[in-house]
Amino acid sequence: MKFDTVIGLEVHVELKTDTKLFCQCSTEFGAPPNTNTCPSCLAYPGRLPILNKEAIDYAMKACLALNCEIAEEMTFDRKNYFYPDNPKAYQITQLDKPIGQNGWIEIEVEGKKKKIGITRIHMEEDAGKLIHDEYGEYSLVDFNRAGTPLIEIVSEPDIESPAEAYAYLEKLKAILQYTEVSDCKMEQGSLRCDANLSLKPAGQKEFGTKTELKNLNSFANVQKGLEYEEKRQEKELLAGREILQETRRWDDAKKETILMRVKEGEEDYRYFPDPDLGTVVIDEAWIEQVKSEIPELPDERKRRYIEEYDLPAYDAGVITQSKDMSDFFQAAVDEGADPKQTSNWLMGEVNAYLNAHLLEMKDIALTPTALRKLIQLIEKGTISSKIAKKVFAELIEKGGDPEQIVKEKGLVQISDEGELKKIVDNVLENNTQSIEDYKNGKDKALGFLVGQVMKETKGKANPQLVNKLIKEGIETR
Amino acid sequence: MEHLTKEEVQHVAHLARLAMTEEETEKYQKELNELIDLAKKLNEVDTEGVKPTSHVLHVQNVLREDKRRPSPDLDKALKNAPEHQDGQFKVPSVLE
Repeated sequence: MKFDTVIGLEVHVELKTDTKLFCQCSTEFGAPPNTNTCPSCLAYPGRLPILNKEAIDYAMKACLALNCEIAEEMTFDRKNYFYPDNPKAYQITQLDKPIGQNGWIEIEVEGKKKKIGITRIHMEEDAGKLIHDEYGEYSLVDFNRAGTPLIEIVSEPDIESPAEAYAYLEKLKAILQYTEVSDCKMEQGSLRCDANLSLKPAGQKEFGTKTELKNLNSFANVQKGLEYEEKRQEKELLAGREILQETRRWDDAKKETILMRVKEGEEDYRYFPDPDLGTVVIDEAWIEQVKSEIPELPDERKRRYIEEYDLPAYDAGVITQSKDMSDFFQAAVDEGADPKQTSNWLMGEVNAYLNAHLLEMKDIALTPTALRKLIQLIEKGTISSKIAKKVFAELIEKGGDPEQIVKEKGLVQISDEGELKKIVDNVLENNTQSIEDYKNGKDKALGFLVGQVMKETKGKANPQLVNKLIKEGIETR
Repeated sequence: MEHLTKEEVQHVAHLARLAMTEEETEKYQKELNELIDLAKKLNEVDTEGVKPTSHVLHVQNVLREDKRRPSPDLDKALKNAPEHQDGQFKVPSVLE
């Protein structure tokens, strides 16, 4: 029996405002516990929430970038629950009238494009952070995060595989970073994802029972968790067992999902309109204002890179996936760097460095100007591409000006034929066996001889010229 | 009229983390049912074509700028807490 997979994702994103949603406390990450709190976010009696306009602007920007319809009128509701992460015993959120609805984004998996629907985007406040002691006796609460503005982005159950879920998240993150509404750092909790998955017999319309996955702290783990869950549910169903509606936790060490709790019916949050907050009316002028602030988004940029710079679609896709990398690329190209060469360096050496050191674009010392100069030094034949890699290693670690580094370290390529010929002759003189080998059809011998010349010149010899001189040298011998 | 069963009263009490004796449950069941009867009177009003009211006052777009204001000192934040440790509120462990 074959099954269809149905996946839905709920993504929480912290908005990049300076202050909280309903009070003027700072939202800065990493402050000492409870130093960014006040009577309002600590829920003292008599406080009143006052809405942060910028948070609405950001939320609206995200909605527009994700192709949502904006509510003409939105309200805030109280979601009641008792848990120490929330001092008010309710969370202010949006139930009936969220800021955005009916959006979509386009993803691409294995060359196939597909639209994934976004059911709704609503605004709400974040909760505080709990640290449980290891014996389960008490918890420590830090309310710095309590009241930070969030948007929750709920996808339609259009996602049909864990790989699509991954692509959806990558795209969502890219769009949110381009619009600069959030830094989307999973490790700092500014982007969090809950996933649910169900299976149904292939072709059946009705959905099966879904399970919800928690503790997914990276996009890779979302994919892995869903892959595990897909297999687990299939096994259960094939064995004739029922899937229970439960919440499961991804255990990254064990690479499996572990049962947290079985859900019994809908949770009873007793939502009602928050009497402290009035209606927010959003008119065309406000929407137009926010719309005008939306920059070029990843897909538009990708298209432009293909058309304007003749980049292969693959390159354009990789470069535009992150705003920082794309901005870097743009800056270098605007200065006159060759687009394809720039893209090669970014996708190759730069990405390899970032991955090896777990760094991000903005952590490295290399500047767009330095990369542009480096590329131009190769184009002009001043340095070989081999030497360029050495210069690059220094640039990405310590920064600096490639022209200066090349000059100071004497790395300028030797393209002087007379000078090179002397070195080539010397090498040939000392390696007569290799000449014999080459003449007997061993092409490898040529590589060996080139290598010897490179060794003599510390890699500075112009490789094309060396090749030519060696071949000529052999012929005359 | 009986709108709420005893079990429902207990469920609501549990949601509010209130412990209730059998006597109290009965008392509140009676009182809450009376309250619901009272609220039911509103059903007599014809609300055809009237927009649902979420607020009594017509307040709209009460917004503020995204400007920081220094938070009060930490000791003020913790002052009323029965227990605290390392600048954090100490609460009994609650398993979700």
